[in-house]
Amino acid sequence: MRHIISILLENEPGALSRAVGLFSQRNFNIETLNVAPTDDPTLSRLTVTTTGDERIIEQITKQLNKLIDVVKLVDLTEGAHIERELMLVKVKAYGAQRDEVKRTVDIFRAQIVDVTPGIYTVQITGDASKLDAFLSAVAPVGILEVARTGVSGIARGEKVLSV
Amino acid sequence: MELLSGADMIARFLKDEGVEYVYGYPGGAALHIYDALFRQDDVKHILVRHEQAATHMADGYARASGKPGVVLVTSGPGATNAVTGIATAYMDSIPMVVLCGQVASHLIGEDAFQETDIVGVTRPVVKHSFSIRHASEIPTVLKKAFYLASSGRPGPVVVDIPKDMTAPTERYEYVYPKKVKLRSYNPVTRGHTGQTKKAVELLLKAKRPVIFAGGGVVFGKASEALTDLARRLNVPVTTSLMGLGAYPQGDRQSLGWLGMHGSYEANMAMHHADLILGVGVRFDDRVTNNVSKFCPTAKIIHIDIDPSSISKTVRADVPIVGAANHVLNDMLGLISEREQENRDDLDEWWTSIEQWRGERDGKLYEPAGPGETLKPQQVVEAVHKATDGDAYVVTDVGQHQMFAGQYYKFNQPNRWVSSSGLGTMGFGLPAAMGIKLNYPDDDVVLFTGEGSFQMMMQELSTCKQFGIGVKIVNLNNQSLGMVRQWQDLNYKSRHAQSYMESLPDFEALLGAYGFRAITVRTPEELEAALEETFKHPHELVFLDVQVDPREHVYPMHVPLGSMRDMLLSKTERT
Repeated sequence: MRHIISILLENEPGALSRAVGLFSQRNFNIETLNVAPTDDPTLSRLTVTTTGDERIIEQITKQLNKLIDVVKLVDLTEGAHIERELMLVKVKAYGAQRDEVKRTVDIFRAQIVDVTPGIYTVQITGDASKLDAFLSAVAPVGILEVARTGVSGIARGEKVLSV
Repeated sequence: MELLSGADMIARFLKDEGVEYVYGYPGGAALHIYDALFRQDDVKHILVRHEQAATHMADGYARASGKPGVVLVTSGPGATNAVTGIATAYMDSIPMVVLCGQVASHLIGEDAFQETDIVGVTRPVVKHSFSIRHASEIPTVLKKAFYLASSGRPGPVVVDIPKDMTAPTERYEYVYPKKVKLRSYNPVTRGHTGQTKKAVELLLKAKRPVIFAGGGVVFGKASEALTDLARRLNVPVTTSLMGLGAYPQGDRQSLGWLGMHGSYEANMAMHHADLILGVGVRFDDRVTNNVSKFCPTAKIIHIDIDPSSISKTVRADVPIVGAANHVLNDMLGLISEREQENRDDLDEWWTSIEQWRGERDGKLYEPAGPGETLKPQQVVEAVHKATDGDAYVVTDVGQHQMFAGQYYKFNQPNRWVSSSGLGTMGFGLPAAMGIKLNYPDDDVVLFTGEGSFQMMMQELSTCKQFGIGVKIVNLNNQSLGMVRQWQDLNYKSRHAQSYMESLPDFEALLGAYGFRAITVRTPEELEAALEETFKHPHELVFLDVQVDPREHVYPMHVPLGSMRDMLLSKTERT
């Protein structure tokens, strides 16, 4: 099963490599990885999507928690949560296809953020499956480049991940 | 207020931390630190002949004392040579602080002379690591390193120290930090009360319980509580290799150790148990054999200070995260108010166990008679007798290690010192040296083989320099015995690279360092040699004991089987 694990990490040199290195070291899987500083300059937030059965996910959270640099973590998929990913895509857009791409962008509530005579650069946010769907929709036209941020997420309601 | 350079802070901190010995080897990036050590008399430095030996010396000391061993090496090759010893300590949860010199900050990343990213290299084999970024933070970082290494589940901590951080010209205020706090590190001590109660209920009702104790009991200073609990409840005790000595082996309730080369009765009891109380163990593959066939009828209570050890390989029915001594004492408290209802069941259980014991009694091996070639097992038994079972026993890795574990009976913790998790050949000599140096009046016996010994024999030179009188028993079978055993069993005796041709003349070799070696071939010679060896407690003596090279270690788990599936000799199996 797919899990989204969000981690508050000490903003120290080497901390990220410890967290990420753990996955390859213990044969765990990383599907996406997203990391950035938080409002607290001493902390980074790292979000990993991974897959595994219950035993593996339990090991992943326990092993991460054991790292001295990991201050706190939560498996967002254990409760209601919001998950988002941002993607920038360069799509071929000329001739009749130019309108077609524009229509697809509207359907997906995406935005065209840069334009050349032959290319639209599209920005789209949503959960991973929405982004996948958009890519399938524009694939016949011609995808030139894809940049995805990886999943970020937050719990719904009152639950807060903070120190 | 005192102003000290980074290098002087290190020397001073080590003194304030109560460190007596630092094991190490100098080099460019560490020279400021070496100069600081030179200018003081409190902390003594032991110069090894290879950095790996420094880590094993620190490790041996840590296993015997429970306190962190301290290593000092230079950057690049100095630090990479230490990696095997760091990994060895990591696998067995041994407290250690490794101070590594590093090239100056402005050179880092430029592939400077003797530069290695040692924090990166050691990342998977340390509990944590630090890089010093400002000299003024040295006392705090070192305190954190010692605190992390020795608290919770212990382990090695690496501190990377760029050369400019120790420059004699830069001086900062030094205060010894009595305590440090890390917001993300709060090792538990007390176990969950509800879970502990649940465990006690199960123990009071179990029909066929077994206590399985490991290194966590030894290093968590929980042997007394464990022994109390086992005796109070009349429950049999087995230990992992790391747990040898956690429960007195001379006691009737001791089943010896379990697993791949564990005792017949321990493995049989585990397989038939209905309740296993695992304390400070990690159910590793050398214990469990095939996990899916492991102890099919047993409920499992698992006490460990490290939550990630629980349910990692074997699912725990009652997980208890906590320090072994706290949880066991809580259990003792709960039990004292209770009636034990399972006395009759336990009598029956003991009848089964005694039967298993009887089945193998006297059949473990055939000792050599007068004038015959010695069996390795009987050598260990003879050493046990010669030392009254009271020596620190250190091993290298291989058949001799298993024989030592099987035939030297330990009645107290912290006396068995062996690289169990990583299985590091070469560990033995320096580890034994680390112990003898710190406990000069005690007997420290190293069981080794000619394969392992040759991996670290340069340390004889260190023994000479510092007068370290370890007793070395070389079980010489002229082959890499354990490799050969596997080749006999699994590769139709094709002995690929498991022979040891061109062995040195050990008497001449030891003689070159000014030590005595005695070659031993028969039981009579052994007796005389042992008497001679232990007559002089401070003298290094090397016994080159020629043993039967055909001997295998039994019992041995049948691969992929359950705990009870064992080869019992070359011709028998369960």
